[in-house]
Amino acid sequence: MIWYAIDSWIVVTGIFAAVACALLGNFLLLQRMSLMGDAISHAVLPGLAIAYLLTHARASVVMFAGAAVAGLLTALLTDTISRLGKVDRGASMGIVFTTFFALGLLLIVQAADHVDLDPGCVLYGAIELTPLDVAWQVDLGGFLWEVPRAVLVLGGTLCLNIGFVIIFFKELRLVAFDPELARTQGLPVAALHRGLMALVAVTAVAAFEAVGSILVIAMLIVPPAGAFLLVRRLPAMILVSVLLAAFSAVLGHAGALVVPGWLGFTSTSTSGMMAVAAGFLFLLALLFSPSNGLLANWLHNREGNR
Amino acid sequence: MSEAITSRSTDQEAALKVQNLTVAYQSNPVVRGVDFSIPKGRLAAMVGPNGAGKSTVLKACLELLPRLSGDVRIHGDLFRKQRRRVAYVPQRESVDWDFPVSVLDVVAMGAYGRLGWFRRVNRSVKAAAAEALERVGMSAYADRQISQLSGGQQQRTFLARALVQEADLFFLDEPFAAVDVATEQAVMELLRDLRARGATCLVVHHDLATVPQYFDWVVLLNEQVLANGPTESVFTADKVSQTYGGKLVFSRKFFGSDGSDV
Repeated sequence: MIWYAIDSWIVVTGIFAAVACALLGNFLLLQRMSLMGDAISHAVLPGLAIAYLLTHARASVVMFAGAAVAGLLTALLTDTISRLGKVDRGASMGIVFTTFFALGLLLIVQAADHVDLDPGCVLYGAIELTPLDVAWQVDLGGFLWEVPRAVLVLGGTLCLNIGFVIIFFKELRLVAFDPELARTQGLPVAALHRGLMALVAVTAVAAFEAVGSILVIAMLIVPPAGAFLLVRRLPAMILVSVLLAAFSAVLGHAGALVVPGWLGFTSTSTSGMMAVAAGFLFLLALLFSPSNGLLANWLHNREGNR
Repeated sequence: MSEAITSRSTDQEAALKVQNLTVAYQSNPVVRGVDFSIPKGRLAAMVGPNGAGKSTVLKACLELLPRLSGDVRIHGDLFRKQRRRVAYVPQRESVDWDFPVSVLDVVAMGAYGRLGWFRRVNRSVKAAAAEALERVGMSAYADRQISQLSGGQQQRTFLARALVQEADLFFLDEPFAAVDVATEQAVMELLRDLRARGATCLVVHHDLATVPQYFDWVVLLNEQVLANGPTESVFTADKVSQTYGGKLVFSRKFFGSDGSDV
């Protein structure tokens, strides 16, 4: 395995994206709305496309605003349709996000002559290419650091998410555990919820171009689910989910360099491999968690039957 | 016969006063024109059949459900101005008991309203939570994860959380549902202690047999209030029978000597 500077940037990009998603994913998982992350990360597409058509710039402020609006609309419409249409939340989520996603695809295809936003890119991203788009050069004593734009954008998003989770930890935990108590105490539960949804949307957009929606969805759901199996306190769960997400990114990139060679191929999708790595780590947690793992349960039952 | 037995003198003292409350789910009224009031320092039971709207009334009082009409006063003022004085103990099933928090964490949540934004759970809150756990006999469980609790222990945890709120009006939704005898006794002891300190409790209650023994005030509800007043004058065989649509047959032993034939 040969490791270049570019590989380090790919891994950093992957870690930033994975950790930013996993942080928020904990709260989605605990509110049993993990798939809301899935829905939002698809539904931001029209917001993205419209903002892009208006400004012709990627990762612009307008683009993030467009995505946040589309994400909020998804959350709001999902609630409204499940209430008025008397369908369950899952179905109404499906109605909203497939419609939005399809609308976004249509917009992109319509504009394909003018813009270089590739529908395929939306699914699996182009993390391998992100180091080529250098936003910032730093000269560190003769060693030239070429910081990719994706690292700056995702780093900013990560800081935003870390700040949100730290500042509102107490409130987010209360709303996730017992929203009725939160409301009787006068907490603006709906506003907090919308804040979370808007951040999921912004994170999805920031991560989209680099790592694609597969990795966004995987990292919103899989590391928190693995952490939930391993520990019994929310702060620990958040920390473990972050570690799992970061490790998935490292493992995924290393896997993408090595595994195709074993099978006689030359390259693969790095984001795809990172998502697979997350799934693999989850499987390990499911099997070997000391408290909830299948192995521990099996041993426990065998003890009990003796 | 749907008279509300309340005198004007107790109105002044009412800890909770509900007037003409109507709540609907998707335009079907669940409760209609509900009127009742509970004087300060009473241990009140809300009794009625399944689907009578008991939880709905509680939630509407706490502004958790929108009302079509009606006015709710807590110590003479709107709930949103008195929320610090009110504690709500919801049905146990209303939360996910696999949530990754400790018992002490849950109890401390009762103090969040007092803490406000940006302030972390500090030592005095933790001390208050530990003291509340002591009062419900759960000190040994403070550091357990909540998924390891039995039904009775879950109920005690919720009660401890309500104690931490330092309220003087308590709404409890079926605190005795599927709990062990020891927990039922402990909860009752606690409620009597709260009453002795001048607090008021409104308890959604299902076990008719224990109403006269436990409560000194009764609200009979079946989509509307059929009676509201001191237990001895309200909890009579004919009124209860009427509340349950006349379908139930009650044993005379539930009622005082003034209970009519059933």
